[in-house]
Amino acid sequence: MSARVGVITFPGSLDDRDAARAVRLADAEPVSLWHAEGDLLGVDAVILPGGFSYGDYLRAGAIARFAPLMEKLVAAARDGLPVLGICNGFQVLCESHLLPGALTRNVGLHFVCRAQRLRIENVETAWTSDYEEGQEVVIPVKNMDGCYVADEETLEELESSGRIVARYLDVNPNGSLNDIAGICNEAGNVVGLMPHPEHAVEALTGTSTEGLGFFTSVVKKLVHA
Amino acid sequence: MSEQNIDEKGLEPTGAGSAEAATEPTPVRPVEVDSVARAAQTPELPLPYAELGMKDDEYARVREILGRRPTSAELAIYSVMWSEHCSYKSSRVHLRQFGDKAPQSDALLVGMGENAGVVDVGNGWAVTFKIESHNHPSYVEPYQGAATGVGGIVRDILSMGARPVAVMDSLRFGPPDAPDTRRVLDGVVSGVGGYGNCLGLPNIGGEVVFDDCYAANPLVNALCVGVLKPEDIKRAIAPGPGNKVILFGAGTGPDGIGGASVLASATFDEESQAKRPSVQVGDPFMEKLLTECCMEIFAEDLVVGIQDLGAAGVSCATTELSAAGTGGMDIDLNKVPLRDATLRPEEILMSESQERMMAVVEPAKVERFLEVCAKWDVPATVIGEVTDTGRLRMTWHGETIVDIPPGTAADEGPVYERPYEVPADLAQLQADGPGRLPRPATAEDLRNTVLWLVGSPNLADKSFVTSQYDRFVLGNTVLATPEDAGLIRIGDGPQGIALATDGNGRYARLDPYAGAQLALSEAYRNVATTGARPLAVTNCLNFGSPEDPGVMWQFARAVEGLADACQVLGVPVTGGNVSFYNQTGTTPINPTPVIGVLGVHDDVNRRVPMSFIVEGTTLLLLGETRPEFGGSEWAHVVFQHLGGLPPRVDLAAEAALASVLVAGAHEGVLNAAHDLSDGGLSQSLVESCLRGGLGCVIDLPDDPFTELFSESVARAVVAVYPEHEERVTALAQAAGVPVRRLGTVGGDAFEVQGLFSIPLSELREVHQGALPALFG
Repeated sequence: MSARVGVITFPGSLDDRDAARAVRLADAEPVSLWHAEGDLLGVDAVILPGGFSYGDYLRAGAIARFAPLMEKLVAAARDGLPVLGICNGFQVLCESHLLPGALTRNVGLHFVCRAQRLRIENVETAWTSDYEEGQEVVIPVKNMDGCYVADEETLEELESSGRIVARYLDVNPNGSLNDIAGICNEAGNVVGLMPHPEHAVEALTGTSTEGLGFFTSVVKKLVHA
Repeated sequence: MSEQNIDEKGLEPTGAGSAEAATEPTPVRPVEVDSVARAAQTPELPLPYAELGMKDDEYARVREILGRRPTSAELAIYSVMWSEHCSYKSSRVHLRQFGDKAPQSDALLVGMGENAGVVDVGNGWAVTFKIESHNHPSYVEPYQGAATGVGGIVRDILSMGARPVAVMDSLRFGPPDAPDTRRVLDGVVSGVGGYGNCLGLPNIGGEVVFDDCYAANPLVNALCVGVLKPEDIKRAIAPGPGNKVILFGAGTGPDGIGGASVLASATFDEESQAKRPSVQVGDPFMEKLLTECCMEIFAEDLVVGIQDLGAAGVSCATTELSAAGTGGMDIDLNKVPLRDATLRPEEILMSESQERMMAVVEPAKVERFLEVCAKWDVPATVIGEVTDTGRLRMTWHGETIVDIPPGTAADEGPVYERPYEVPADLAQLQADGPGRLPRPATAEDLRNTVLWLVGSPNLADKSFVTSQYDRFVLGNTVLATPEDAGLIRIGDGPQGIALATDGNGRYARLDPYAGAQLALSEAYRNVATTGARPLAVTNCLNFGSPEDPGVMWQFARAVEGLADACQVLGVPVTGGNVSFYNQTGTTPINPTPVIGVLGVHDDVNRRVPMSFIVEGTTLLLLGETRPEFGGSEWAHVVFQHLGGLPPRVDLAAEAALASVLVAGAHEGVLNAAHDLSDGGLSQSLVESCLRGGLGCVIDLPDDPFTELFSESVARAVVAVYPEHEERVTALAQAAGVPVRRLGTVGGDAFEVQGLFSIPLSELREVHQGALPALFG
């Protein structure tokens, strides 16, 4: 039986169908989850997709955090459910305190969309085990509020415990501290990533197929669990 | 309160208690309503029709239609519906040619006149697309003007029953070094991006052009394309007496009041700043909810008719829906949900608040309709119902304030045969050809000219702009700018659609008939260059004041040229938009028809990109190069010269070239292809080299200046594997397209043998550095 990976749709989510496509290409079954429901439908993992949930009003991710389904998700994540937050999903995870720090306005003050080179630095997480440590991949980045910030202590903690999952190479597109593109929680089941691996799963439409690893990683983990 | 507020404009009949209203601090208490009954009792009460942009004879016609003076609410409706923007009163007599000369096409499912045209692209899919202007609002308030331009065209596509799948934007600004250009460009680009990105639509192409003539009148033309099943097409009709009229989406506020008649039809002057409040404010989040809500509503077949609210808001939706349906409608205006409870009925009728739609729903389906709206947090309210009375009636606090035959407002507006004559300076302009301009004499001069052009604002890399747009969302973007055309996969593939927009105001200034055809030619060529078969056309006609006979002549010639060329190329016009009054004082912009062409790709895996990526591939030049420099980038950049005649139009050659490119893509024998247009061969090769990261070595046996910089039409450069050279040559020869071996892809420089070599690094710096240096 294939793994069932939930994709949450908030009002204003944009990349939910792309995330579902990526799940399918990783040979798993995508399951649509509606923000207003109170049930995770027994899925084996969850993706919080990119977009502008609630129009990014107040602050990116700040309102989505209070969606009924998020209460269930936070509890499940603390119990080890694999969760990947992409872009706006990363912002929601930070707002939910499943991940430390925050994502603020890009330093250039412009929306930035580009093919971005990254280095995968932690291959122990639920979502990166299919990569090799130090592997370089090209994945689109596209965001308005992608500048990762945290206090010095938190940064130090993230660095020393190997919780930087991916780092920008060549160009830091948004001013993130320490070139951080993605981080994980202590247990490694919750990953937040600013670039969009779901836009790098098909050679025809993506910058590469190098984003597929995030999805195959979790599927393998679930199948072998 | 805004300057455009109707009360301040004195729409309330003069002397009717306005002094009392002015001293009333809380305007909740309704002032006396100008009801139909009151209008009958006070037949001679003067109304401020002139301030609303209505001519004496137009007002007289309203009186004649109604057999009495209109109420102030009725006047509001007629004034916006008969404005240039909504009624096409100056352009209509000319636009008929698009229908009269339309080529026979089995693909056309919905033609002009609806919110957008629909074409059948095969395999059970249909596509709807349209381009529309939002020029004047974008000068007054660049961010919101551009943002709501995107929002408006997306709702047009939505109201056809389609899921919007991509947008494009065709932008024109004043001189890049003028301080105001920075204000306008920053705002417009942020607005296009801010709205489109938040809406989740990939931006796959468009144009960014700079010219002095757009300094105080930028052009913001937004295109949207949507996909649907042919059987799911929705129409803007209100049939079936008893069916409910539902207004859904955002609340109605005071924004954009009078926008249609005042903003879109007035020339800018010193008072522009005072018009700020009449620009609408967009909320892309609401539009995203509206989109998903509509998708569910369509999937459950819950509407019999639907219309978006754009220019002229409720006035437009109610009159057009009922005129195209059973013919009557009763509306209770008090039911319209308001963001500002003090709005008067006239303001509600004219408000251009964004993100609103109107649906006609059978009574049995109303409950489900409202449930779907509630799921998406989209406010929805039943405000009336369809009748068979032939009258559009509206009440306000129980009194009838509108009672009109809707067709008279929607379809029977005034039609003008504006006088036109050749602009007085045209002969002189055409006589002043580029022949007198000194040409680069040495190899060094040629080299410098290549660099000069490559780094000039119109030809420089546009990443500074396009990197602010999401091109990946929805996961179906196969090609996006700077490719020749945007290409979107539809369904699960392999089918796709290609889109390109083009326009050249300088060409059109020199010869509007040819200029419109050249814009079509280029867009047609761009679509074919990716391997797609051109299928249909949309257009956005940006011109000065129709009251200027010279401008009207330009318009008439451009429409004629476009209609004739569409007939020859076999691609019907499916819809479009006219924007008049683009001028500063009495100086009109260069006439700027922007043409969008839609093409079909049978297999997007066989798309042909522009980049040179394979060392050793052979470069072939398709098409004939003539010494044509009138209106060229070379003359513009080097001499700021505009004169002579634009390149000769050759539609037969264009069609032949397209057939070669499409066949070559289909057979898989083209490794790369790039069209030749602004800036000529030099520009085209540099772009393909930089995009792919490989140089090229070419040989130019004839006059290298002409070869490098001429803008002759119907040309493209293709890169082919050596083993395919013969096949491509044969395809070209069979189609009668001249073909010549130019050279080879490879190395890290752009080299013209025996003349010069420019390292890609140098080209890249010049090409990519220009816009960031100006605007970064």
